[in-house]
Amino acid sequence: MTAVTESTVDGATLLRMFEQMAVIRRTEQAAYDLFLTGLVKGTTHLAAGHEAVAVGASSALRPDDYVFATYRGHHHAMARGATAEECLAELMSKSTGLCAGKGGSMHLTKASSGMLGSYAIVGAHLPMAAGAAWSAKLRGTGQVAVAFFGDGATNIGAFHEALNLAAVWALPVLFICENNLYMEYTPIGSVTAADHPAADRAPGYRLPAEVIDGNDAVVVRDAVVRAAARARAGDGPTVLEALTYRHFGHSRADPAKYRPEEEVRQWLQRDPLDVLRARLATAGVPDRDVTAADDRAAAEVTAAIEAAKAAPAPDPAEAFTDVWADGGAAWRT
Amino acid sequence: MADVITYREAVAEGIAREMRRDPTVVCLGEDIGAAEGVFKTTVGLFKEFGPQRVWDTPISEQAIVGAAMGAAMTGLRPVAEIMFSDFLACCWDYLANEIPKVRYMTGGQVTVPLVVRTANGGGLGFGAQHSQAVENWALTIPGLKIAAPSTPADVIGLLAAAIRSDDPVVFFEHKGLFASKGPTAPDGHLVELGRAATVRSGQDVTLVALASTVPVALSAAERLTADGIDAEVLDLRCLIPLDMAAVLASVGRTSRLVLVEENPYQGGWGATVAAVVADEGFELLDAPIRRVAAACVPLPFADALEQQVMPTVAKVTDAVRSLLAY
Repeated sequence: MTAVTESTVDGATLLRMFEQMAVIRRTEQAAYDLFLTGLVKGTTHLAAGHEAVAVGASSALRPDDYVFATYRGHHHAMARGATAEECLAELMSKSTGLCAGKGGSMHLTKASSGMLGSYAIVGAHLPMAAGAAWSAKLRGTGQVAVAFFGDGATNIGAFHEALNLAAVWALPVLFICENNLYMEYTPIGSVTAADHPAADRAPGYRLPAEVIDGNDAVVVRDAVVRAAARARAGDGPTVLEALTYRHFGHSRADPAKYRPEEEVRQWLQRDPLDVLRARLATAGVPDRDVTAADDRAAAEVTAAIEAAKAAPAPDPAEAFTDVWADGGAAWRT
Repeated sequence: MADVITYREAVAEGIAREMRRDPTVVCLGEDIGAAEGVFKTTVGLFKEFGPQRVWDTPISEQAIVGAAMGAAMTGLRPVAEIMFSDFLACCWDYLANEIPKVRYMTGGQVTVPLVVRTANGGGLGFGAQHSQAVENWALTIPGLKIAAPSTPADVIGLLAAAIRSDDPVVFFEHKGLFASKGPTAPDGHLVELGRAATVRSGQDVTLVALASTVPVALSAAERLTADGIDAEVLDLRCLIPLDMAAVLASVGRTSRLVLVEENPYQGGWGATVAAVVADEGFELLDAPIRRVAAACVPLPFADALEQQVMPTVAKVTDAVRSLLAY
């Protein structure tokens, strides 16, 4: 793992990152609780524990950069500007949801701020991110595209096709693996012929890679700053493998009993919010400011829950809109 | 530009016309650049537009179509080539799960203006994995538009509409038609997606055809004149949008319907057309609807076997005679 760099991030920035992570954490807890009360249906893949990857990376990106995420993507949508209310409303099948109730938990998208979707077919979005990077390169905009994916995605063909294409075309794309040690219910190491499932594959495509502490938002931010600078300079893609851990199971159906208690205990001790609290203290940010940020996050999510509950369900006619670009769904004359 | 061009030349011409008028149109695919395409359907593009507009890819169908999708979502109009339509199976996730759904499942936040071109169909002895007519695969998925031209002019006109479309279009070019010739299209020629063409007028029976089966249906119609049967031939040109108004109007005139399909009978496009006619045009019919489609076996290699499986002129004339005798 890359040595932790001395942070050059100022206290105010750290505090903003902390508040954003606190909002995500509380939103994920709310999603969990709302599922238990029956207000969230289907399934959810909660990202509690992964907040530092999303917020650290996002803080290093330009507002016009592109982000593609997986079905475990609430944190990425929120890190790129989606509000807790928009996310919870979508999970609760409301018309005010991010996707107007047509996407659900697994497809959170905020295209207006470059968050171009959450995709529920493992690995599918890596070639898309390469394509968005190709587009940015051809249009000469200096934008980068980022694909966030799980460790499990490193064994599917699209991962390898995307890395190779991005490498040979020198595309401004970052491939960021959130390695939470489990491919759904199975330890990733038991099904992967590589110690680091993403980073160890990168040299095969002549790509630079780093394994980083995915629970330290500042470490993630610094690594993404480096990788994005390479990409914008025309030096091509970078693979980052951020080690992190889920605080919940894979999905709503999964209590995660397959994880050893000691392993869970050790990772919970390295909660990304606590790691950032320590950095805030080191940076001299007073405790009361951190507590105030956490209180604001709590109030924001509480208000979001109430607003989402009060929002209307989608108009049934909306089932027949937006198949096509003209807004309609006509398939025949 | 010659007055008469081949279907394969029309593909390159149609793409080139759009690349000249819109700088956001870019091409990607295997061997499409300096090699000018294994079917020579991209001849001249690399020379005219260069490596920033015409990109050779590795044999990575998922990367090709996935990258086209990402580019389409971010300001380009990619034209991706999948060399043989059989290979669509290698990137089916993008055509089944990603491209047709992303606009809908994001509540209309994104559009995907891309074209996936592919060489489709049999008759050239390429065997079971390089000869399939798979337009019915795409037809199973709401969210994809589907074009399958039968003439060089329609290739140009439908390519113009497909590339300018803000919706994803799967564009089936028929391998068996690449060498066929026809009048070229005037400048600015555009064939709106979802408009069938009446390529032969008649009063006794309607033959609905697509791509390679259009010349089959036309030959059958000519042969049937000897029996005193006057067949109308409709070229659907697109499967989505599906021009059912044209089919129903024609059946209203002829009262008999034969669907001539190259895809297998099981799950073929004719089943959808027949279902709509049965539902909405039952009283127009004086005889059952017949489907002349490929047999429900993998496409065999030997000519003698391939002829058994594919729709032929004789199979169409037999079907028509059976309806006239009904």
